[in-house]
Amino acid sequence: MKFSIQINEGPYQHQASDTAYLFTKAALEKGHEIFRVFFYHDGVNNGTRLTVPPQDDRNVIKRWSELSKQYNLDLVLCIAAAQRRGLLDENEAKRQGKDAHNIAEGFRISGLGQLIEAGIKADRLMVFGD
Amino acid sequence: MSEGTIKKFLYLNRKAPYGTIYALESLEVVLIGAAFDQDVSLAFVDDGVFQLTKNQNTKGIEMKGFSLVYNALGDYGITKLYVEKESLEERGLTLDDLQDVVYEDENDDYAEKKSILLVSRAEMGQMMETQNVVLSF
Repeated sequence: MKFSIQINEGPYQHQASDTAYLFTKAALEKGHEIFRVFFYHDGVNNGTRLTVPPQDDRNVIKRWSELSKQYNLDLVLCIAAAQRRGLLDENEAKRQGKDAHNIAEGFRISGLGQLIEAGIKADRLMVFGD
Repeated sequence: MSEGTIKKFLYLNRKAPYGTIYALESLEVVLIGAAFDQDVSLAFVDDGVFQLTKNQNTKGIEMKGFSLVYNALGDYGITKLYVEKESLEERGLTLDDLQDVVYEDENDDYAEKKSILLVSRAEMGQMMETQNVVLSF
């Protein structure tokens, strides 16, 4: 089956990203296809490379980056939600005159149309959040 | 981008309009999604019914008000706003407390029609069953 994933909550504060990660990983291991993982609302905070979680805990962001590398996963942060919350890639930082960018490896920033497309193209859109 | 596929999209709104950002960012998806020519419905349940209340004034909380956008949805081809009866009643609200959201029916000589459809919890469930994509906020 072809799945799309939507994640609406940030890392650590909420289990949504953990559950979505475990679901995505399990689906891929079973041979299913993940069309796209779309991060919305506070979910965009899953894409910052500046988190430093305690060493004895899971690294939510790094886990997504690694899964993306292993399966060529499309991880998309909503640009409108990301800009509000201080998540910028190199291009956007330059464009907005900001002195830093912070997008983790494997993530990209794009528009909400990518979420609608994810709903259209997949057999199932799974929403993880509150 | 849609390549001719038309799916039934439901935006399920469950939260009050300003306490969290879900309602505003849901509306942003609805407006962008309107360009994809899908079969779109909106549903308002639980505290989500507060999103449609009339006479909202956000001055005191220094936030951008967006309640009038619901009334413009008809111009985006979005004409089905399902409101759950029980959710209204549980909060002491009636249809009179909500904005009179209307659209112009281009298939009926642009007659003005009501967008809000008051349904029971059971009917809401049945409507959801018929959807292909449910985005909940």
